[in-house]
Amino acid sequence: MGEKAEMTNQSADTKTKEYIRPMPANWWLKKKSYFLFMVRELTCLFVGGYAVFLLVLIYRARGTNSQEFAALFDGLNHSWAILLNLVVLGMALYHSITWFNLTPKAMVVWRGEERLSPMVIAGSNYVVWAIVSILIAWLAYRIG
Amino acid sequence: MAKSNEVIFWSVFSAGGVVAAFFMPITIVLVGIAVPLGWINPESLHVLMIHWVGRVYLFLLISLTLFHWAHRFRFTAGDLGLKGFDGTLAVVCYGVAILGTVLSVIFLTQL
Repeated sequence: MGEKAEMTNQSADTKTKEYIRPMPANWWLKKKSYFLFMVRELTCLFVGGYAVFLLVLIYRARGTNSQEFAALFDGLNHSWAILLNLVVLGMALYHSITWFNLTPKAMVVWRGEERLSPMVIAGSNYVVWAIVSILIAWLAYRIG
Repeated sequence: MAKSNEVIFWSVFSAGGVVAAFFMPITIVLVGIAVPLGWINPESLHVLMIHWVGRVYLFLLISLTLFHWAHRFRFTAGDLGLKGFDGTLAVVCYGVAILGTVLSVIFLTQL
């Protein structure tokens, strides 16, 4: 019994504190590659923010007729609103590009003995992206 | 947080990254630029949004993108010096994503 108590004691004693190397908060400004990494990570604020914007739009669109729905866009044609949307679009595009370029690294495809070229994997993403985007734009243009 | 939860959150982060990469830019172009500038009739967007395919599209886009944000923001905030608050960050970030998911279901069914 004494031994057991000692063991628990010991395990508590030897539980070391993790050493966290002090890192200045501006580490990502020191190198271009760190900076681009940080921009890539921060794209999440823009795509996430747009998800919240869409949520608000849906909230306001509940039970509207087509005239009331159209009125929801009245404030969005100001130049500052368009500019903001262009900035968000830029960040969303940066997310897409960095994401597609990383897929060959996250997903390695083998065809028999041969590894499928990373260019092919990333390239097929871009092709699908273009087709899907054109299709949705075409749908929105034709319907209504 | 338990290891098994990490796997789930990483999977939704990844799914959200894919969905946002493929669908967010064209959605921004339509909703934020094309309709306000009059290139596309708001009525068209309304028809698309009300259709069940449009609702499923918006649900997946909103929910998964929020989970993508939650995971990435949690770790980026840690990298920027908030590592000591990881527990709180995780609760707040994933909590917001869960709340957004629930609200999107409610609002989309009321469209």
